[in-house]
Amino acid sequence: MSMTSPLKDELELNFQEAERGLSQREALEEANRCLYCYDAPCIQACPTGIDIPTFIKKIASGNYKGSARTIMTANPVGASCARVCPTEELCEGACVLNHSTKPIMIGNLQRYSTDWAIQNKQALFKAGKKNGKKVAIVGSGPAGLSAARELALLGYSVTIFEAEKNPGGLNTYGIVSFRLPQRISYWEVEQVKSLDVEIKTNTRVGLDVSADQLIGEFDAVILAIGMSSVPKLGIEGEDLAGVYDAIDFVKATKTGAISDEFIGKKMAVIGAGNTAIDAATCSVRLGAEQVAIIYRRTQKEMTAYDFEFEFAKQEGVGFHWLTAPSRILADESGHVTGIECMKMVLSEPGEDGRSRPVPISGSEFVIPVDGVIRAIGQSRYIGLIEQFGIKHDDGVVMLEADSYKTSNEKVFACGDVIFGKGQGEAMVVSAAQQGKDTAYEIDLTIMGEAVDIA
Amino acid sequence: MADLSINLAGIKSPNPFWLASAPPTNSGYQVQRAFEAGWGGAVWKTLGDPILNVSSRFAAVSFNGQRVAGFNNIELITDRPLEVNLKEIYETKKRFPDHAIIASVMVEPQQEKWHEIIKRIEAVGVDGYELNFGCPHGMAERGMGAASGQVPELVEKQTYWAKEAASKPVIVKLTPNITDITVTAEAAVRGGADAISMINTINSLAGVDIHSWNTIPHVGGKGAHGGYCGPAVKPIALNMVAECARNPRIGLPISGIGGISNWQDAVEFLLMGSTGVQICTAAMHHGFRIVEDMIEGLSNYLDEKGIASVMDIVGKSVPRYSDWGNLDLNYKVVARINNDICINCNKCHIACEDTSHQCIDMLKDESGISFLRVREEDCVGCNLCSIVCPADGAIDMIELTNELPPMTWNERQAYLGGIENESVDFAK
Repeated sequence: MSMTSPLKDELELNFQEAERGLSQREALEEANRCLYCYDAPCIQACPTGIDIPTFIKKIASGNYKGSARTIMTANPVGASCARVCPTEELCEGACVLNHSTKPIMIGNLQRYSTDWAIQNKQALFKAGKKNGKKVAIVGSGPAGLSAARELALLGYSVTIFEAEKNPGGLNTYGIVSFRLPQRISYWEVEQVKSLDVEIKTNTRVGLDVSADQLIGEFDAVILAIGMSSVPKLGIEGEDLAGVYDAIDFVKATKTGAISDEFIGKKMAVIGAGNTAIDAATCSVRLGAEQVAIIYRRTQKEMTAYDFEFEFAKQEGVGFHWLTAPSRILADESGHVTGIECMKMVLSEPGEDGRSRPVPISGSEFVIPVDGVIRAIGQSRYIGLIEQFGIKHDDGVVMLEADSYKTSNEKVFACGDVIFGKGQGEAMVVSAAQQGKDTAYEIDLTIMGEAVDIA
Repeated sequence: MADLSINLAGIKSPNPFWLASAPPTNSGYQVQRAFEAGWGGAVWKTLGDPILNVSSRFAAVSFNGQRVAGFNNIELITDRPLEVNLKEIYETKKRFPDHAIIASVMVEPQQEKWHEIIKRIEAVGVDGYELNFGCPHGMAERGMGAASGQVPELVEKQTYWAKEAASKPVIVKLTPNITDITVTAEAAVRGGADAISMINTINSLAGVDIHSWNTIPHVGGKGAHGGYCGPAVKPIALNMVAECARNPRIGLPISGIGGISNWQDAVEFLLMGSTGVQICTAAMHHGFRIVEDMIEGLSNYLDEKGIASVMDIVGKSVPRYSDWGNLDLNYKVVARINNDICINCNKCHIACEDTSHQCIDMLKDESGISFLRVREEDCVGCNLCSIVCPADGAIDMIELTNELPPMTWNERQAYLGGIENESVDFAK
């Protein structure tokens, strides 16, 4: 173990938000740099269609509450998105100033306004007049919360069923604290709760309450359950104590005291998506001495966002491209000692259009590690989906065309549960928009078309 | 290198950049620091009977985060004894014999008062005088400054009295708080002024604190109007300079003042008829060191234009300034958008659509790419689109050829008058 191993309270500091927010002066200068485009491309590029020039203009004028309201109206998880959105691929990538100077820091300005609202304990919305209809939402992640918010504004009585101890889903448990502190997610939850939305936590649908019960008691049900644990690798040694599920690994850093058991350790992370990056950077901040990401394809095929990749490199994470694990090694007492890998080569693309990695025989080599984290995607809550009796494809809920309706007319679905098989989007911001759209579709289904007075 | 030295009504200075009479020229220490930094001249903080000042005194206007777009003050003339100022003027002049020191003066509008103070200043030696007929606050309530500067007879008389006692050139500093500044400028001419300077500050209230509801600035919860200056007033000052410069009944050298922040502003004032310029707010914002860039920028500009002396550009734009009735009604420009430079912010479209002549269309080409186009037949050439455009070079105002000969409103009316007279004759 390294002589300079950090003390445990220093580890806690590692999980404080990494990026500092803009100062008032920085926000003002940046806000004033915004051109206030008409029919702005940044709005088009935002999945939730936040009126970005308007919220930025409101920062410039000192109308912070109005600015936060503009953001949160369009995106009920706008404070989280300010931190986790791949802005260079969305709003900032579309900024017209990319063609002349440099794009506006839209994400940071969005964080400025929402931070202001959080710090000043602002309640931004009021529930709509009750229309007597009830909607159950399963899952309180970005999609479920957004649907709940919109339905509450429209006058529905909304009950959210959440299996975890606390609401917020991915934003509460799945994104590393140094990028998204839990208090941000909880504030967004509070904003929704303040609209008389009931959130039943520690309540697992399918166990504590049945799918049929929900379908029977509510006018509509939204399935926004996201995805489940990381699937097994299917290699020898993965049931060892030193092999972790990346989702659980990150969640552990957000639910209890920060563990000191990884100080000075060598860790391998299998996979190169955003969760893999989170698991790797988490390991670094837990004091691991060496952290390596092992990926069977190349940097080009990696699904992590560029900014995530950059962040991981800055944190000192190493990358083994075209490498796949074949065996996890342990000593006689069951402690992981290494991971045996094979070098890969990319061949013709398969059904999914991605080049297939093929192992090079005889290329086995061992990377000495003390722990392994699986981050090769997430499995699905197939059992629960089947309880609702709705059509799915390998756990991806199938929808009617241009709709969030499932094969049961009272059941709607949005968020990660509909992502995959060429359907949906994986981003938090997309889930938020899907939640909104699901709410509007339910309103249209239940209340019918608005009567045209003219 | 071009010759930057000027001669304003006999007052010589190594360059056209003078510090205006204001807080920066309050003491010998400051003026000497300014001369060390490169300023060509300084108009000393107005001499007179020492006054009492209040606290606080200044306020500024920010615009979209840009500090000191405009500046407001309620400070009065010097609060130091005359003999102290005179001693320091003497010492400064002795140390910097080639730099211009002009004494700004303000006393009550009585002949003996003017004679007395001018004689005392004469004794220490200055290069000229500037009669402060412009200070709009405080002193005006006592019948001095702008109060006398707004009455042409008082401007004339006091100029005359000062000239009676002065052996050095007398500049009359005019207030902009008047409908037509040429009226008081002509009064200064009648009083025998050697030059005029303008503008002094404009009556202003910098702002109101929307939380405390106090004025900005306030003195223990009460405010009074101040004098406004800084970049925001430049267009007002430039017009007043130009109006005096093109008035044949004035014909005096002009020392231009008002919002000059850099060498380009200075060139504009020189072109519009100023022989030199006076600066205050820019120095108060950034310190005396800014003059280095002013001198270098002006020098480079003259060299690039192949102009030997700064005096050669004085007034060169004055013949181009006239009355609206003399503008050619048949001259026509239209906006043209350069789509390769355009960044598609659509600001031109919305400005034109909502507030001008609805002639910029938002279109898509066959591949779905957005672009903007001006319907030239509907464009009146107002310039608004090119003003709001943030991408340099994206919108050009193109001059169209017109088969019709130039025709001004005045010419048109004269011509129509002729027809009318003829038709009247015909009816007989």
